[in-house]
Amino acid sequence: MINWANFISQCFNGLVLGALLALISSGLTIIYGTLGVLNLAHGAMFMLGGYAGWVAYDYTGSFIVALIAGSLFVMLVGVLMERLIIRYFYTRPQEDQILVTFGLGIVFVEAVRFFFGSLSKTVPPPALFQGITNLGFMVYPTYRLASLGIVTVALLALYLVLYRTRIGMIVRAGIEDSVMVGSLGIDVYKVFMLVFGIGAMAAGFAGIVNAPVVSIAPDVGEAILVQTFVVVVIGGVGSFPGALLGGIIAGEIISITSMFNPGYAYVMLFVAMTLVLVFRPHGLLGTAGRE
Amino acid sequence: MSFNDNNRAGLSRRTLLHAGAGLAGSMMLPVSIISPASAASDQPAMGTWPAGSQGDTVYIGATVPRTGAYAVQGEDELKGMQLAVEHINEGNDLLKQIAPKIDKGVLGKKVELIVADSAAKPNNAVQSQQTFINDKKIIAMTGATSSAVAVALNKFAQREKILYLVAISGSNDTTGKDCARYSFRQCVYGETCANAIGPVLVKNFGKGKKAAFMTPDYTYGHTVTKSVNDYLTSQGGWEMVTNQISPLGTQDFSQYLTNIANSGAEFIVNVNWGRDAVLSVQQAKQFGLTPTMKMVIPYQIPFLAKEVGPDLTEGVFAATDFWWTMEDKFPLAKAFVESFQKKYNYRPEWGAENAYMQFAIWARMVSEAGTFYPPDVIKQYEKGETFPSMVGDVKFRPEDHQLIRPVVIVRGKAAKDMKNEEDFWDVVEIVPGEGLMQKPDAFGCQLGDYT
Repeated sequence: MINWANFISQCFNGLVLGALLALISSGLTIIYGTLGVLNLAHGAMFMLGGYAGWVAYDYTGSFIVALIAGSLFVMLVGVLMERLIIRYFYTRPQEDQILVTFGLGIVFVEAVRFFFGSLSKTVPPPALFQGITNLGFMVYPTYRLASLGIVTVALLALYLVLYRTRIGMIVRAGIEDSVMVGSLGIDVYKVFMLVFGIGAMAAGFAGIVNAPVVSIAPDVGEAILVQTFVVVVIGGVGSFPGALLGGIIAGEIISITSMFNPGYAYVMLFVAMTLVLVFRPHGLLGTAGRE
Repeated sequence: MSFNDNNRAGLSRRTLLHAGAGLAGSMMLPVSIISPASAASDQPAMGTWPAGSQGDTVYIGATVPRTGAYAVQGEDELKGMQLAVEHINEGNDLLKQIAPKIDKGVLGKKVELIVADSAAKPNNAVQSQQTFINDKKIIAMTGATSSAVAVALNKFAQREKILYLVAISGSNDTTGKDCARYSFRQCVYGETCANAIGPVLVKNFGKGKKAAFMTPDYTYGHTVTKSVNDYLTSQGGWEMVTNQISPLGTQDFSQYLTNIANSGAEFIVNVNWGRDAVLSVQQAKQFGLTPTMKMVIPYQIPFLAKEVGPDLTEGVFAATDFWWTMEDKFPLAKAFVESFQKKYNYRPEWGAENAYMQFAIWARMVSEAGTFYPPDVIKQYEKGETFPSMVGDVKFRPEDHQLIRPVVIVRGKAAKDMKNEEDFWDVVEIVPGEGLMQKPDAFGCQLGDYT
């Protein structure tokens, strides 16, 4: 199957996967960049998004409503999580932060399992995007094409917020030096809350967009969390463009290696991460000194 | 020099005395622990014998996946076990037909099930069973789903000298190269399924076809794929054009399916199981591979049709252990389906049936042997006596502890032909077991010792 048609098809698969990883990773990277907290519950946010979207879809039958309600719900969960728990951990050692977010992740997963069971749930793609599209080099599920578009729009929106608004400027300044931002009289803690909410929302949104592709189950976020970390390491911690680049690179490595032997897809991904860590410890687009 | 010699002589004398005293002490210890009643010289203490069966209750430790890719099947399996235990303890008529000598319990003891989540991971399962041994002195273990777990528990059972009742395990290795004296499997497996579904495929679709395989990357996947491919290539002249091996727990199959789309395959032989099967079947449809390519399921997944819907399983051939419509043919199956449905509000899938049968068989063997002493129970299994089951008369093969039993071939019904909401499959054929099995030593089974 090593031929041009398959190569182009796999490159395209890589792009779709990469865009999704980029969106989830951008949430993780801005939280870590700004707050210095490595959010191990980020995979659970992805999962929660899927379930919130599924519930909203079940009630309204509208995918658009599911998308909006689901992301707002996960944003709310993110904000509450930050207000009630995470903020007490800003000054505590990193191990404590890792443990508390890891624990929260387990709580979210098991809570969802308690209420919804382990049976996977299917969110059908919106009627407009059902069926398959012939791309010439391959037939592709129409919804996966649409999801590429939806994720691209979401990434663009995130870019505009981060680079074209006052709040985005504060967030980016916070990533470089949050103490300095604080001394300039800006309430960093309010910004932290917002960043946590937006970061969680990015994962939640991705979770809903991905739901019709894979159908959802309580542990759907576990595997994606690992890939997301790799993306952030490759792209550079705290770098939004890094998350984009890292996502695409990871997606392409997984897909193109799969053409030769799917068994080595993740091996190659970790090889790439190792190479980046050796030659550019701060990631491809990261900067030294960021925490 | 003489000083050294003296010193050495003195040390060795003292060590000898210490060692002698220690040895005498340790020899006395077991004698004082074992109660006189069970200290019969031909049944020495081993594993949890006799401590595990001295109280009013005997415990069986179950490690089933309640989380992860096989969680749905694990819960169903667990329900089958719970129903069986209930039936053993109340001396239910259905169970008595399989184990006539039970009477509100086994050998005068109530049976209790203790459960832990294995998440389909061998380490979790072994750890939990070790805890059960320490805390409750379990007299038997059960639960698999993931043959990787079954194989690990086989070895553990043999080491700990505690019976292991394999639950769902499709790998040839479970009663093949990794078989154990202390382990017994009642369900169908890769080789029997391949030899049962192979002729059906060749008869229905002809010779010389091209097949893409989807294989989960562990013992179950590899052995089932090999058995099916061996049959189809040697007997049907089929060709494996690609084998897409994915890790257990894969969610996005787009890369694998893209490779299959470009492989020229006419059939997809999908060996994936649990949620992996659900997702790969759904995504194969999304990528437009099915129904142009025909899907074949050589090792049936409980709840597959319920999860993906009859539109995706229509016309799909699958090999399985049991399907509830067999109640029309087998009275025991009817009694089981009725009693299960009454308790749990759905008709049992084969995982539950398999789990129930495992326990019923165990109750039969222990009550016939008249003792919980493991080697005697094992020898009872190894007599190879014929007994009734939900799929007709069956018996164990003493050489590898595999039940000789039929394989059921089913075909997915169209939604419009379903007579009720769970009428997903038509039973096409019930293939007798004898002719489907490999020779007992063909997969390298060496059972190991009794004690």
